[in-house]
Amino acid sequence: MAEFQWPWQYNFPPFFTIQPNKDTQAKQLEAWCLLVLSYCRHRRQYSLDVTDAQDSPLFHNQKIGRKLPLEAVYTVLEELRKKGNIEWTDPKKRNRCLIMWRTPEEWGKIIYQWVTSNGMNNTVCTTYELVNGDDTSNQEFHGMESWLLTRALETLQLERKAELMGSEGVKFF
Amino acid sequence: MDRFVWTNGLLEPYEDLKAQQHGIKIYDGEDKTPFEYGTLILTSHRLIWRDHKRSDCVLALPLSQIVFLEETESGLGKSAKIVVHLSPAPPNRPPGPVASSQNSYIRLSFKDAGETEFHRRFIEELARRSWEMTQPHPAQQQQAEQAGPTGARRAGIVGIERKLEQKRKETDQTISVAFEDLSNLMEKAKDMVSLSKTIAQKIQDKQGAISEDETVQFKSYLLSLGIPNPVTRETHGSGTNYHMQLAKELAQVLQQPLEECGGMMSLADVYCRVNRARGMELLSPDDLLNACKLLEALKLPMRLREFDSGVVVVQLVSHSEEEVVRETSRLVEESGSLTAEELSRVASFSVMLARERLLTTEKKGLLCRDDTVEGLRFYPNLFSTKPVMEP
Repeated sequence: MAEFQWPWQYNFPPFFTIQPNKDTQAKQLEAWCLLVLSYCRHRRQYSLDVTDAQDSPLFHNQKIGRKLPLEAVYTVLEELRKKGNIEWTDPKKRNRCLIMWRTPEEWGKIIYQWVTSNGMNNTVCTTYELVNGDDTSNQEFHGMESWLLTRALETLQLERKAELMGSEGVKFF
Repeated sequence: MDRFVWTNGLLEPYEDLKAQQHGIKIYDGEDKTPFEYGTLILTSHRLIWRDHKRSDCVLALPLSQIVFLEETESGLGKSAKIVVHLSPAPPNRPPGPVASSQNSYIRLSFKDAGETEFHRRFIEELARRSWEMTQPHPAQQQQAEQAGPTGARRAGIVGIERKLEQKRKETDQTISVAFEDLSNLMEKAKDMVSLSKTIAQKIQDKQGAISEDETVQFKSYLLSLGIPNPVTRETHGSGTNYHMQLAKELAQVLQQPLEECGGMMSLADVYCRVNRARGMELLSPDDLLNACKLLEALKLPMRLREFDSGVVVVQLVSHSEEEVVRETSRLVEESGSLTAEELSRVASFSVMLARERLLTTEKKGLLCRDDTVEGLRFYPNLFSTKPVMEP
């Protein structure tokens, strides 16, 4: 896995203080959202534990000795939730969230593109081979967690491009 | 009954009259006494009974000896009574009407009603315990003792007036002793000022044999003396006119220093500078503030400004906000990042003003902050100047 490319903000100390100026803050949060998503994407991470994440390099830059405070971590995550990129698994405690660096619709499109380009229309395959099979090892959706895959396939089903067969199989049209 | 003492019926200076009721008969316990019809007076310190017919027959009971009160309502052929329970008599009390008594309580019979109100006041006064605050002065106590039932020496209004007069004199004396040193100083200062004025006059008129060097020296002395003719309430009356004149004076005095320190000065600094310049005619903070409020209305070249944080400054009108913001942001960019303390060092403002400048500039979106345990540090706002993702 290649080294993650940190954005310039990561080494800019004010990045780790939520800015009181609203305009500045909006730009800052935008950068944080992008960073969180690209970081998770780089690590193929589909969920996030808030306490662990706060100590991980994502929110803690040891080189410049700055750590995003917990309150601010929540601000960033809530911003992502509003955009539809995360979902709390425990909305009351907010300890853990699911991360979708792409929305289910986007995933659906990507999968369908791959299916079409491989001539697999009108065939049935298992969800396991779709995300874990050798054929897809170079695809972005390789290793995707099943909850997200199901959601992505459901969006395709709505467009009548696929049909789920139980929770294990899927037929593409 | 043996707790009562004779008195002249005059109130002590620290004593306050609280309630009064006529038609009172005193019982010693259940027994009748010769004190059958009199006026009962409640003060902050004592209960006083004065006979209606014999005005020299006045009894007093210190409230401190009262343990508690009981009220008995009036009935058929009986008037309402307040039962006053007493603590034992002190061993060496002043002479009273009864040498000793078996009863530890007295009863006050209200022939002419009024017991409810009196009872209420009585309880209030007992709860207040004023006698603990002001213990009667031993000398005064002695006076009261000497004045028996017949010896009302300083009775009436004349007595009160005399007492007041004496008190006033005492106060006067204390004050004048306290201020003696200060008035001496004022006296000297007046001489000094008039002397310097004459010299200044002489210099102006080129009279006397004063060399050029001396002139310069004198002038510098005079400058350090401050404002030659300060606006005072004596010269310019009170109210708005005074404040307006004061505002004009402020504008003159502050122009130079404001320019020197970057166009802005906190009100506290202004206060110190102005008062140092005025020397003896000190300004009150209120007068200064009122005068500063008029600066803008009088179209003087400076105005009062309050920051969001509540810090109040006097600012040159020519000193615009955009300029402050531009200047501050330039300074921060030059050093990479700055705290208020560092900015105050770099640009020689006070730390408080440096902080205000940084906050204003941040509000305008030119700076952003890094808030850590080490303090608040400001950086150029790269969030708005640099793209979110570097190309």
